[in-house]
Amino acid sequence: MNLSVKEKLKSIVGNKNYFDTYEDRLVYSYDGTPTLQCLPEAVLFPEDEEQISQILKLANEEKFAVVPRGAGTGLSGGSVPVENSIVVVMTKWNKILEVDEKNLTVLVQPGVVTGALQKEVEKIGLFYPPDPGSLNVCTIGGNVANNAGGLRGLKYGVTKNYVLGVEMILPNGDLLKTGGKNMKDVAGYNLRDFIVGSEGTLGIITKVLLKIIPKPAQIITILAYFDKLIDSAQAVSDIIAAHITPSMMEFLDNTTINCIEDYVKIGLPRNSEAILLLEVDGKGSAVIEDAEIIKSILQKNRASFIKTASTESESLQLKTARRTAFSALARKKPTTILEDATVPRSELPIMIEKITQASKIYDVMIGNFGHAGDGNLHPTALTDERDKKEIDKAHRAFDFIFNEAIKLGGTITGEHGTGLSKKHFLEKLAGIPGVEMMKKIKSVIDENNILNPGKIFSISPRCEGSLPIRKEQIQDL
Amino acid sequence: MKSSELLKVLPNDDILQQCMHCGLCLATCPTYDLTKMERSSPRGRIYMIKSVARGEMELSETFAEEMNFCLDCQACETACPAGVKYGRMVETARVVVEKSIHKNKLSIKLKRFLLRYVVASRTNLKLASRILWIYQKSGLQNLIRKSGLLKIFSKKLNEIEKLTPIICDKFSDNLIKEIEYPNGKVKYKTAFHFGCLMNTMFADINADTINVLKNCGCQIITPQDQVCCGSLSGHNGDLDFALQLARKNIDAFLKHDYDFLISNSAGCGAFMKDYAHLLEDDPAYAEKAKLFSSKVKDITEFLFEQKPELKLKSASEFGVITYHDACHLAHSQKIALQPREVIKLLPEINYTELDEASWCCGSAGIYNVVRYDDALKQIERKMINIKNTKANIVLTGNPGCMGQIKFGAKKFQVDVEVLHPVSLINRLMEKK
Repeated sequence: MNLSVKEKLKSIVGNKNYFDTYEDRLVYSYDGTPTLQCLPEAVLFPEDEEQISQILKLANEEKFAVVPRGAGTGLSGGSVPVENSIVVVMTKWNKILEVDEKNLTVLVQPGVVTGALQKEVEKIGLFYPPDPGSLNVCTIGGNVANNAGGLRGLKYGVTKNYVLGVEMILPNGDLLKTGGKNMKDVAGYNLRDFIVGSEGTLGIITKVLLKIIPKPAQIITILAYFDKLIDSAQAVSDIIAAHITPSMMEFLDNTTINCIEDYVKIGLPRNSEAILLLEVDGKGSAVIEDAEIIKSILQKNRASFIKTASTESESLQLKTARRTAFSALARKKPTTILEDATVPRSELPIMIEKITQASKIYDVMIGNFGHAGDGNLHPTALTDERDKKEIDKAHRAFDFIFNEAIKLGGTITGEHGTGLSKKHFLEKLAGIPGVEMMKKIKSVIDENNILNPGKIFSISPRCEGSLPIRKEQIQDL
Repeated sequence: MKSSELLKVLPNDDILQQCMHCGLCLATCPTYDLTKMERSSPRGRIYMIKSVARGEMELSETFAEEMNFCLDCQACETACPAGVKYGRMVETARVVVEKSIHKNKLSIKLKRFLLRYVVASRTNLKLASRILWIYQKSGLQNLIRKSGLLKIFSKKLNEIEKLTPIICDKFSDNLIKEIEYPNGKVKYKTAFHFGCLMNTMFADINADTINVLKNCGCQIITPQDQVCCGSLSGHNGDLDFALQLARKNIDAFLKHDYDFLISNSAGCGAFMKDYAHLLEDDPAYAEKAKLFSSKVKDITEFLFEQKPELKLKSASEFGVITYHDACHLAHSQKIALQPREVIKLLPEINYTELDEASWCCGSAGIYNVVRYDDALKQIERKMINIKNTKANIVLTGNPGCMGQIKFGAKKFQVDVEVLHPVSLINRLMEKK
């Protein structure tokens, strides 16, 4: 990028919001995704909509790429810079603009941290359910861009179920406002839902209107151990068949159980093939009834141990294993690749089996845990990125896992997004017409392909230049 | 120092590689919270350190600034899923900075001189403290404060002067006998490290600690040849000197027979527990250091684990009581539950939890002096949280935090008394 462009960028946001030292470029060269890295040309912190609009207009004139970024905790490379790009950081846009208790909505800036929003609305007895693993750090903007999920997906849905309206700057610099406080609105195309999950390729989000709901009055937590994996899978199916919708239904496999036990030593059964952690919430006697039915289903399916808790501190104790699962796995090896293969609930036992197979075939340590209630698993490969052979084995294992997920009618990503790390699978999943439609939409909205180019899919010919992508992925395309 | 030599002191690649840049540390970092910029975050700093260590990046003023901006509170270590030892990394990076690009900085030389020859030397520290005591008792301090004389030199100097702790009339190493016996039977054999700041500025807390331990049935050995734990030097880029002190302490204590080495200062306790690691490559001391460190206990940790019988009166007359986590207790030693359990079990106590209790108060060793403005932002946040609890007393287990919160209470006009948990327990024992 030549100096005159950098000068123009500096004059748009001002010296204090413009950074291009090697140090600043370095610390924005990555996000939470393992192995991906690329230095941007500069890092900008715009202060208002007008500045963002000018940056994007300049990008069209001068043909450089713009990569939007929140807290940078993403796991698919969505905010990793590309060649000849600048990073636009939105973390300082962190104000909750309005809490509307009459309509049960909140209007927030995109840099508001998800956990901070939850804490704020819970003070007045309200509830924002989406709870991705990084909720204490990640931002609403990133959540909307990736349609983030979490532990409560089964009962409460994911981010898209709470987005009522979005304001964003389009690649040509125009401000788009879509959606609003209406619970029903069918005027024209549903642009709002289309923006959710667009991974920063269609615009830079500047405001989000979210739905909030009353906070459940009572929560009961249930923990169960299973000697046999198949019994735990059957228990999950039986609970759903009994028309009970737990607010949480988490699964941990034997590898994960052993890693947790190595790490925190809380007396987990090392021989158990599975642990289930469930939660039911709601009001009064209905919650207790549901918990009783669940307990009897768990017993019927030969759970070797069942414990329930209805106070917060007891419940926290039961959740220790699940809460430390990721940490326990992450400590085993230097590089932790956390994926999110997802299948229809009914296919869960087969998918779990396939993941175990992948671990054996490719000789990679894979811990498996995840959201059993919605079929969203987190196979986690424990490896070392400095060892090319090791990392190659891990990638091959994941290729196997994703292919199996697709065969089962599942998807390559339940909640992390496609980004860079899974784009080579998209065609297999969405089909050629599907990906073609996405590309056409992208090229109409972003004529010069300046906004987060190369994410989700590549517009051929690859005009965005070389991307931080694995070699074998390019051959696949 | 040449760059090839720098690489040797920086953490090796296996340690650096542990960070998987997930970003979960960002939420807990007081400096990232201020700037919202990645370079002021643990993840960003580790990435910079990694680049320097691998020879991909030159040392720069930006690098130095971010390493020194860090409070080294280690809250990120508590949040880190991969167990990255960030504190050690940033401390090494500071050594590298001070031995290379800041080699000739006067402030670095002065700081090192003070930490080596005043703080770490009991005789000199006592001398300096006595001078400070005269300054305070003679009325000179009041005179200078009223005159605003220091403002002439710099507005900041005038503010920093307010941080000077009140020196005790008597220092604790003169008050505590080398061996103290309990009133009844000996139930626990303990040793006591009286610290450097604790000895001169918080001698009363040391006296309270001894009194409480005696009532618990402890025999207490306080070797007179013990020295400063070395943490201030170690955290401020002078690890060589810190290790010299460590060896002296190991020699001083291991001569004696004890099961627990009690510390009432979170910073000292954390550092002494770390001797085992710091000296693991020293063949003469590795084993001794391991034994030494394994016996170190924070006073609240000791009370929680041993549950000694103590006859205490009701704490109700002390009003609302809250607790602030010292970083070196909660994050470095992972001791957060123990002090709370000990406090909550005091008879009829009116305890309330402090919001963001484990958020650094800004004291951070000598950070509040060398980076006064940055520290002020942290203590302001802390005082707002303390004010919201409506507490009459805030308890905390580290001299640095106590000084900083006392300073904050005055500065932001919050009517709260700052006590060490052991002092509160001592007060409850008085009228038996």
